[in-house]
Amino acid sequence: MTDFVLNILLQTVRISVPYILAAVGGVFSESSGVINIGLEGIMLNGAFCSVVGTYYLGNPWLGLIAGVTGGIITSVIHAVSCIRYKVNHIVSGVAINIFAVGITKFFLILVFGSSSNSARIIPLKLITFPVIGGISPVIVITVFIVVLAHVILFKTPFGLRLRACGENPAAADSLGINVWLMRYSGVAISGALAGLAGAWLAMQQSQFTSNMSSGRGFIALAAMIFGKWTPLGATGAALIFGLAESIQIHVQTMGVNIPSQFIQSIPYLLTIIVLSGLIGRSEPPAAVGKPYPEELSL
Amino acid sequence: MKRKTLMINLAVPLMAVLFSLAVGALFILITGKNPFFVYSILFSGIFGNLYGIGQLFFYATPLIFTGLAVAFAFKAGLFNIGCEGQLYMGSLLCAWTGCVFSGLPGLLLIPVCLAAAAAGGAAWGFIPGMLKAKTGAHEVITTIMLNFIALAFTNYIVTSHFFVPGTVRTPQIAAAARLPAIAGILPGFKGSSLNFSFFIALAAALAVWYILYLSRFGYELRAMGYNPAAGEYAGVDSSKMMIVTLAVSGGISGLVGSNYVMGYKYYFEQGFSGGVGFMGIAVALLGKNHPFGIIAASLLFGGLSFGSLLVNSVVPKEILDILQAVVILSVVVGNTVFSRILLRNSATGDDKPDTQRADAIIGEQVSREGLRRK
Repeated sequence: MTDFVLNILLQTVRISVPYILAAVGGVFSESSGVINIGLEGIMLNGAFCSVVGTYYLGNPWLGLIAGVTGGIITSVIHAVSCIRYKVNHIVSGVAINIFAVGITKFFLILVFGSSSNSARIIPLKLITFPVIGGISPVIVITVFIVVLAHVILFKTPFGLRLRACGENPAAADSLGINVWLMRYSGVAISGALAGLAGAWLAMQQSQFTSNMSSGRGFIALAAMIFGKWTPLGATGAALIFGLAESIQIHVQTMGVNIPSQFIQSIPYLLTIIVLSGLIGRSEPPAAVGKPYPEELSL
Repeated sequence: MKRKTLMINLAVPLMAVLFSLAVGALFILITGKNPFFVYSILFSGIFGNLYGIGQLFFYATPLIFTGLAVAFAFKAGLFNIGCEGQLYMGSLLCAWTGCVFSGLPGLLLIPVCLAAAAAGGAAWGFIPGMLKAKTGAHEVITTIMLNFIALAFTNYIVTSHFFVPGTVRTPQIAAAARLPAIAGILPGFKGSSLNFSFFIALAAALAVWYILYLSRFGYELRAMGYNPAAGEYAGVDSSKMMIVTLAVSGGISGLVGSNYVMGYKYYFEQGFSGGVGFMGIAVALLGKNHPFGIIAASLLFGGLSFGSLLVNSVVPKEILDILQAVVILSVVVGNTVFSRILLRNSATGDDKPDTQRADAIIGEQVSREGLRRK
């Protein structure tokens, strides 16, 4: 029985890791005032870059770094169009998602000669803990990142400034805070974390498969909202979503048949519920999605 | 000022398309092929014969619907990115209706199926409209979430309740519910999947144009999108407006079912859309949210979708996916760049205050005088 519970919990963590990383990334981006629905595409690019990195450099740790870099580069495209060119954040995010699907497939064909999956890569070595056994170092990194994100956002001047830019950029500006710089940092951090989330997905399967983020970026978005735009809240939400999926998988192997589609809908249903304030209303930062300085446009 | 508006509405999309083709050429060069050769395959394949033109119109049809749906909501200041979910719900309801009411004669069954497609989509658009009006929940997030719920729901139906064993699709709809193929009437289009749904899409564009620009409802809708506070002041019930607008927008998305379910495969299949719901956003942007612009943009994106199949033997067809993203980004970035240039130019020798000038440039007919008259 304890084995059974342990299995469910470990699987919950494994399922939740990409949700947690991307959702915490989303918290940074949106706290600074930039909506990021491109998390899905950033994750996909991160996954592809980490596979190419590992494949050519022969070291999964370098691959991980490549994935993070790929995520940052993708997010900077989003940042430049949203911040420099004041493009509607949603439109830019949608473009990023379409772009990522196309470009990863394109290079998948070019580099690996297949439109469905890459060659297999060397996985990361597991770290062995007592009782729970071997787990991926990325899980340890994720725990570290969540704690760090909370501290940075709520206990440091940088975090305060970042949040000020998302709540009231004009006030932040008048206090000498560089709103643009803060927003670029927020988006870049979200890119790094979503890229890492993608790298995790690729490392789990030891390869890249076409469109492998398969909606996880949107679940992360849901977790971010359900967690009321805070790192710890987002993590909690991501774990709840992961637990639901994990229980569904285990229950199914036992022969009890809950439609998997119902379980898959839970994150989305919960998000709609909290967003409409039916249970504990969740509100975004006040100036999220608004360009600064406001500009006349056509 | 009017001329400048026209210029920006035509020049930006044109330049965006040219820029994207240049980016595409770059990607073709990466693969080691000649861009002119690839583009010539594309153009001769599409415009070389009636089959190509038929396919172009066929691929454009669903995009006209989703583009109109996005634009309709956008004119009211609402962002509907739930077209994907709405078209799934509409198409499934359409297929179900076409199977269950098979006893009805064609003259009746076709309109009933069309109504079902629109109703399914409208119901799925009504939910975010209602949530926004009553609770303030942002429609962008709720429509994204509803997309996934619609996918899960339709997936559940076609795997557990209403399906042909061994497949993930519904049975075929009754023969009387099917829209005729154009190839059956004009043999020149032989082999093309073009069907009457294309004309329904054109009619929808005309209807949207009429509603938006010639009806009182459309006037109020644009007033709300242009300035919600002024709209309220002039007596527009914005809550009701949001609900109706998103429901209508969803209904237009649902009509995608007329092309696939009623005119092409005659059944609903999981994953049939190929992302046309999201491409509707690109179409609306490129078409400047104007129904006629949307028809043109749909032909372009439809051409790219069909063209990607034509060139797939030479270069990866994903180049054209990349192009779509580049078109979107270059249109929106181009808008900003152009309006900055125009604002800078008109700032010299023009003593109108900024806001007034912006109003004039935006060129919307919704002026404050107009609102007061109501």
